[in-house]
Amino acid sequence: MQNVLVVGATSAIAEATCRLYAARGARLCLAGRNTQRLNDMADDLRVRGAQDVAVHALDVNDIANHAQFIESAWQGRSGMDVVLIAHGTLPDQTACETSAELSLQEFATNATSTIALLTPIANRMQASGKGTIAVISSVAGDRGRASNYLYGSAKAAVTTFLSGLRQRLYAHGVHVLTIKPGFVDTPMTRNFKKGALWAKPDAVATGIVRAIDRKRAIAYLPGFWALIMLIIRCVPEAIFKRVKL
Amino acid sequence: MPPVAYSWGRYPRTAQTLVDVTDRHACLPRPASSMLPYGNGRSYGDSCLNADGDLLRTRALDRFIAFDPTTGVLSCEAGVLFSEILNLAVPQGWFLPVTPGTCFVTIGGAIANDVHGKNHHRAGTIGHHVVSLELLRSDGQRLQCSAAENADWFSATIGGLGLTGLITRVEIHLRRIASPWMSTETIKFPDVDTFFELSAASERDYEYTVAWIDCAAKGKALGRGLFSRANHAPALADQRPDAPKRRLTMRVTPPVSLVNPLSLRAFNWAYYHRQRQPAWRATTRYEAFFYPLDGIGQWNRMYGPRGFLQYQCVVPPGQSASTIPRLIECISRAGGGSFLAVLKQFGDIPSLGMLSFPRPGTTLALDFPNAGPSTFALLDQLDTLVAASGGAVYPAKDARMSGTHFRQYFPGWEAFSRFIDPRFSSSFWRRVME
Ligand SMILES: Cc1cc2nc3c(=O)[nH]c(=O)nc-3n(C[C@H](O)[C@H](O)[C@H](O)COP(=O)(O)OP(=O)(O)OC[C@H]3O[C@@H](n4cnc5c(N)ncnc54)[C@H](O)[C@@H]3O)c2cc1C
Ligand SMILES: NC(=O)c1ccc[n+]([C@@H]2O[C@H](COP(=O)([O-])OP(=O)(O)OC[C@H]3O[C@@H](n4cnc5c(N)ncnc54)[C@H](OP(=O)(O)O)[C@@H]3O)[C@@H](O)[C@H]2O)c1
Repeated sequence: MQNVLVVGATSAIAEATCRLYAARGARLCLAGRNTQRLNDMADDLRVRGAQDVAVHALDVNDIANHAQFIESAWQGRSGMDVVLIAHGTLPDQTACETSAELSLQEFATNATSTIALLTPIANRMQASGKGTIAVISSVAGDRGRASNYLYGSAKAAVTTFLSGLRQRLYAHGVHVLTIKPGFVDTPMTRNFKKGALWAKPDAVATGIVRAIDRKRAIAYLPGFWALIMLIIRCVPEAIFKRVKL
Repeated sequence: MPPVAYSWGRYPRTAQTLVDVTDRHACLPRPASSMLPYGNGRSYGDSCLNADGDLLRTRALDRFIAFDPTTGVLSCEAGVLFSEILNLAVPQGWFLPVTPGTCFVTIGGAIANDVHGKNHHRAGTIGHHVVSLELLRSDGQRLQCSAAENADWFSATIGGLGLTGLITRVEIHLRRIASPWMSTETIKFPDVDTFFELSAASERDYEYTVAWIDCAAKGKALGRGLFSRANHAPALADQRPDAPKRRLTMRVTPPVSLVNPLSLRAFNWAYYHRQRQPAWRATTRYEAFFYPLDGIGQWNRMYGPRGFLQYQCVVPPGQSASTIPRLIECISRAGGGSFLAVLKQFGDIPSLGMLSFPRPGTTLALDFPNAGPSTFALLDQLDTLVAASGGAVYPAKDARMSGTHFRQYFPGWEAFSRFIDPRFSSSFWRRVME
């Protein structure tokens, strides 16, 4: 039986992932700021087979609260087999360009909060010497683009942080997975026009669980994004700056 | 341009504003004109459409709330699909009490049409198995409805075509099964009279009965077909492999309908003659028995860009022996029917909904490629026969019946109107109220 902690559990991608773990009979620990929604999810996951579901109220930007949250999440468990960090927002890039305050706020939600959470979590995981830390970053972190570079740079920070953390924890038997979804049809992207490149949260969740099971380091989801991003990363900056993306 | 939402018949096509309902505790949005819930769009005509208005998509309300595997009572949000209920319940020895011919319907949508299945003679409609539901009105009121509480709202909402408000939560009673397998028997019948005999003879011992008829056959072969009857199989001693999960999908719409008089005659002839024996038995997975069409995703596209119309009527017991052959004759003469003509005898359990379609008699259902005015003229002709017999046509499958006929088929419409939410409307309702 697996112990699974999910931060930002109400995210569409996280919820789909939780259902897969519930079907395996996992013990789940859900954290997020909408407790009504978390309780609804908990009922659903119990029906779907979860052994036990605990709910924790957490605003990830409330960093003073992290220590207590982690203490209570770990309480009564031998350790976590999977920690999934999924929260995020999609900042309004244009609005960020005229407000440093908004930019830093969005950076905090998408990068700083994750780094803050991972610091104590990494230590707990290192001490137990097992498990996987999986974090949802994004293909947007692979290269800055005019249309969303605030979001992209926050995800880049997370990706780089995870790469270092992976090296550190490898020696202790803890795996670190960087999840890089492409376009996913979720409430975050509600107002986008959807085309052929768009994936459903269920498909991304299946990819996440598979990557965790196989102890992968980086998972582009769906897989074809690895190729797309390889090409995008290869374009010289002198040309890239002229492209509208 | 606002997006086009489709019903299963891909006719009519109407532009509307799509709004996702993601939280069952939230109030309803304020529509500019009117709104209508939209489940999984498996109704054929315009009863799940609201031209120029809002459609409240409910598929995100897909959470289970509670399931008691000792009593079989399941509580869930209204957007949960029957396929999802089956995935949960079958491994625990429970099954849907009533199911239509596709498992890709939401529980909310199924209740709003008070759907029936092949076990109507035993189990009635889905409404008979609803323990309770919550109805959310546009004024923010939440009505808890059951046979005991708000009973009038309960019977208006069962078969209420989505017009009484949004069903947010449902509690239903599932049915026990010993295995996911079905013991089935298929019997060839040469004419309609034999169909009636077989139905009468099978009702006592078989939970599920239905017949496929060759609607292209004429003359002496008129109304020939295959009668199918089945029961859930007992627990099987041998462990059989699970059904393969192969699924084909029609990703594109062919430029013209693949269903035409030639392909139709050929298919129906071959289907009727595929077995030489007069009867054969089999043990099959429940998916193959209940949902043969679900194996091909979006098969509705085979009718081409103009879409198709489905026609389902019921003819009362005293009239069916004379009216059913006349309906089939009318269709076979026009050569416009489809591969999937289905005949079934409804039982006499009274439906609970004010506008429920099922009632005692014989029901006939089939598809028609939309060939323009000739198709509509044929369906009007069928309506005349059905109306004269005192029968009815199923709104879930309709895109064209006249208001006069609707009001004759559903005399409860006036009493029902009082329960319509002032901010709710549908293309269907506006059409039949004209
Ligand atoms: C292959 C196939 C076979 C079928 N076989 C049968 C059969 O054997 N017997 C039968 O009875 N039907 C049958 N049907 C029809 C189908 O079962 C019904 O049309 C069903 O209601 C579709 O459910 P849906 O979730 O797709 O709802 P939709 O078609 O999207 O909506 C149906 C109605 O429900 C309302 N509605 C949806 N959700 C809610 C909600 N949460 N609250 C209030 N109202 C709501 C809508 O406004 C609309 O009026 C079949 C359909 C197909 C495609
Ligand atoms: N959708 C895409 O195309 C896409 C692509 C690449 C990467 N991603 C990433 O995938 C992850 C999941 O997103 P999603 O697509 O599933 O979108 P989503 O459903 O909108 O989920 C975002 C979640 O983040 C939570 N959240 C935001 N701020 C928070 C805060 N301060 N404290 C606690 N929780 C907070 C939200 O909680 P509330 O419910 O309380 O609002 C929400 O549950 C995100 O990290 C996102 O960046 C998404």
